Amino acid sequence: MTAEAPPPPGPWRQAMRGLARNRAAMAALAVLVLITLSCVLAPLYARDIAGTDPFTSNVAGSITLDGHEVDIMQPNDNPLHLGLSPIGPTGHAAYLLGADSQGRDVAARMLYGGRNSLLISSCAAVLCLILAAATGIAAGFFGGLVDAVLSRLMDIMWAVPVYLFAISLSIVTVSQGLKLGPFVVEADSLLIPIVIIALVYVPYAARPIRGRVLALRQAEFVTAARCLGVPRWRIVLFDILPNVTTTLVVLGPLLMALSLLAESALSFLSIGVQAPAASWGTIIQDGEGLIYTRPMVAIAPGLAIVLVVLALNILGDGLRDALDVRDAARRSS
Amino acid sequence: MPAEIAPPMTAPLLDVRDLCVSFPSRGRMIPIVEHVSFTLGERDILGLVGESGSGKSVTAMALMGLIDSPGVQITGSALFRGQELVGMPQKQLRRLRGREIAMIFQDPMTAFTPVYTIGWQIDEQIRAHERLSRKQARARTVELLAEMGVPDPARTADRYPHQLSGGLRQRAMIAMALSCNPSLLIADEPTTALDVTVQAQILDLIRSLRSTYGSSVLLITHDMGVVAETCDTTLVLYSGRVAETGPTEVLFAHPGHPYTAALLASIPPLDGPRPHRLPAIAGAPPAPLERPAGCAFAPRCTYVHDTCLPAPPPPLVPTGYDPLAAPQDDATAQVSAAAPSTQPVQFAACVLPAEGTPLPPRLTYSELSAGDEADATGFPPSSFAAGEPH
Amino acid sequence: MMMALLRRLGQTVFVLFGISALVFLVFFATPGADPTARIAGRNASPQTMEKVRQEYGFDRPLPVQYATMMKKLFITQDLASYVDRGELVVPEIARAAPVTVSLVCGAALIWVVLSIAMGTIAAALKGTWIDRGLMMLGLIGISMPVFWLGQVANLITQSRYHDTWLFSWVPGLGYVPLTENPWGWFKALVIPWIVLAVMFIGIYSRVLRADLVALSGEDFMRTARAKGLSPTRILLRHGLRTSMVTFVSLFGLDFAQLVGGGALLTEVVFGLPGVGRLTYQALTNLDLPLIMATVMYSAVFVVLANAVVDILYLFLDPRVRDAR
Repeated sequence: MTAEAPPPPGPWRQAMRGLARNRAAMAALAVLVLITLSCVLAPLYARDIAGTDPFTSNVAGSITLDGHEVDIMQPNDNPLHLGLSPIGPTGHAAYLLGADSQGRDVAARMLYGGRNSLLISSCAAVLCLILAAATGIAAGFFGGLVDAVLSRLMDIMWAVPVYLFAISLSIVTVSQGLKLGPFVVEADSLLIPIVIIALVYVPYAARPIRGRVLALRQAEFVTAARCLGVPRWRIVLFDILPNVTTTLVVLGPLLMALSLLAESALSFLSIGVQAPAASWGTIIQDGEGLIYTRPMVAIAPGLAIVLVVLALNILGDGLRDALDVRDAARRSS
Repeated sequence: MPAEIAPPMTAPLLDVRDLCVSFPSRGRMIPIVEHVSFTLGERDILGLVGESGSGKSVTAMALMGLIDSPGVQITGSALFRGQELVGMPQKQLRRLRGREIAMIFQDPMTAFTPVYTIGWQIDEQIRAHERLSRKQARARTVELLAEMGVPDPARTADRYPHQLSGGLRQRAMIAMALSCNPSLLIADEPTTALDVTVQAQILDLIRSLRSTYGSSVLLITHDMGVVAETCDTTLVLYSGRVAETGPTEVLFAHPGHPYTAALLASIPPLDGPRPHRLPAIAGAPPAPLERPAGCAFAPRCTYVHDTCLPAPPPPLVPTGYDPLAAPQDDATAQVSAAAPSTQPVQFAACVLPAEGTPLPPRLTYSELSAGDEADATGFPPSSFAAGEPH
Repeated sequence: MMMALLRRLGQTVFVLFGISALVFLVFFATPGADPTARIAGRNASPQTMEKVRQEYGFDRPLPVQYATMMKKLFITQDLASYVDRGELVVPEIARAAPVTVSLVCGAALIWVVLSIAMGTIAAALKGTWIDRGLMMLGLIGISMPVFWLGQVANLITQSRYHDTWLFSWVPGLGYVPLTENPWGWFKALVIPWIVLAVMFIGIYSRVLRADLVALSGEDFMRTARAKGLSPTRILLRHGLRTSMVTFVSLFGLDFAQLVGGGALLTEVVFGLPGVGRLTYQALTNLDLPLIMATVMYSAVFVVLANAVVDILYLFLDPRVRDAR
């Protein structure tokens, strides 16, 4: 060892280097960035490229394709031409993926819906991590009665199927909103699905964190800190928390993937994002009635969900390998 | 159980020559074991000593063909009863494993599959190699457990690993290893995870195996005390290379390599004045990639000088002689300039003996035999008294 | 052993009580609106409101309300839906349960068999393209929203390719009771089974592979190799058998959650009148008593199933048997 050798890279930098070498994880990250960017630029797309308004019904309108005037609602293919179906994928900038049953541009709605889907799932993941970290650290570090109470509470929450739990919470909030003293949350606020999704996944994330803290509490550096008379809050803040962050970082993308799936399911059941706002789940619901005639309305947002969730899972796997966290939750249901 | 008939002395049970094992890492090959050679005769106990990371376990795993990491390179030769183990197809190896060569491991806690009973697991090994019914296999299992000193063997066979103490588990492990009457037993740190009192019992058991089962034992350990108590021959590994080899008392009484000497110096003496502080070897063994070109021990050696440093590492040179031993066809023996009337039995990979400045003897033989049952190992007192060629 | 069972029983009772309290609080003590209005449904007359208030005791303290509720759910079983003109809720759930059980059992069979096969093969061929391919398939399975996959399956089997030989046997959406027509029951459920199983195949095969790979580094796997056993025997009898401990505990949880209503989305997409779809209909009508009953029913089922899994655990893992 020579004296002028540079100091070895820290564990985080080393992990990030490992992640950068993981081609699948990097591709997943690129896909995520690309999709997020295009969703952020949704208004630009709707105004300047497609030239359509994705939020107003347009059943009587028409667009010009290759110089021809075409109705958005078109007669059906059946022999008598009974009924109307929205226009299918046009292959042009306007109505690229066709229209939904209210004559709105599906492609533009997907970008707007993606904003809500991504916003809700990322916020829910972060909120869930904060709650789970607080619960897991408290249960793991203080042990005894605190641990018993919190663990039983998690058991109880865990016993209710996730979607049923979310539905229960939704139904009491969606119709009238929520009034907590001076705070009033409107029924159509995005805050409601965020909080609900974050809550139902807390047990899922809190368990591995609690396990990690339990292991850390036995660690010698924590014992050493205790013997030195370091106050408990300092131990939690400076000895426990930094060592739990790897678990949190690995859980992050996995939780966001779960939240995205949960959000789309709730929206599909019309208890998530409320009309006229859109999310990928609500667009799939819009497409349910059109599935045999205009399948693209439901398929396209579904593919977007698959792509994002897949990318998040791959990224989560990559992070787990790079950070060498083995006890973080292995399952994603 | 009848012991196998020993073949003539000229063909050792296991003859390892120039064994090298390298693992790939980040596009380069890391040599873990370099040019290790030794022979193990019938009913011999050979001690493989070294610090952790010196490559002793890797050597054993390579002999068993248990290394299966992708890209690993194993070269050299290991003849077991004339059969080449290096590069032997897995199918053939599998027939040897468990039947001809058996292995026991350091931690009996984790070496049994937790979800099956001890008896089930011993039966499994017997039935993998011999056509026996479940009942016959179980009868043999119970008999073996009894011979290993397990109390109430029939009931113990029906217990799960976690229900037994460490010592009992290790006895069960040895029973399992011996279940097909192997001619070679590789014991990888068999006592490290055990209590001191249990350690001695297990070592006694291992020592008795050669008379009761006719097995040769390759004992891997980092504990010089275990070696002194148990082994006929000792091989000291340092950083993947052989530092020194020779009959145990010869090597203990008169270490030829500074590393061996330093290791022995760190054992507290049984009698005489108590040292104020036991000497320790300063520093740590080099990582495989940072091994010096010359002697690997040079950076920590008190006798280091210019000739130690350049490549290649110093070869094994004879340092001890056994006047009664039969002539050997050992390459190093012929190279050696100093071979008076006797054949060398002890070799050290050090430049000092060749330079005419060997290490001083550590103990006289009488001192050694006073504290140890040296007569049992069969080396006459004169074996190293004349071992001073220069 | 007896102590272990008793303690487990005590825990179960405690969790059951906790869940009922939690559900009760979510439905009747959420700050915001009057629970009377929620139960009575939209635009209820003042008379109905008064009747509801009387029946559920909303003018009395919370513990009394809780007791009334539990009595109506489990003892008298006369909890009635106000939205649905007095339809009794408990028998309705009893009618829907066989459908859900049919759906979940079939799917469970498929996912257990396929995930064990996939996970074991991937672990045995670790690092090969087969391993990577299988695990990628699993990951894709995990990433698909089940209701969307169901719609795509419907699109393919009911519409686009229904006229080809491959899918012409697929009946229209809906359920056929097993007792009426076993073959019809089977045909109606095959596609839902597969769709529901896809995500779990992904999860379980990945978990199993990770477990087996982690186990391959264990000492006892090395012992098994040193014994001269064949690789297949080592993988199946030693590796897979040990992994089954984790596998079963996971399975119990998921199976219970699905039977308890977690298969809601699949039931909705395929028009199967199970417990989940019942919940969904209640959701669209804002039929609070019905939802509360289904949630409670599912939670009870999950807790009981968990207790069964734990007891099963005692038989699978000798270490647990002694530790308790």
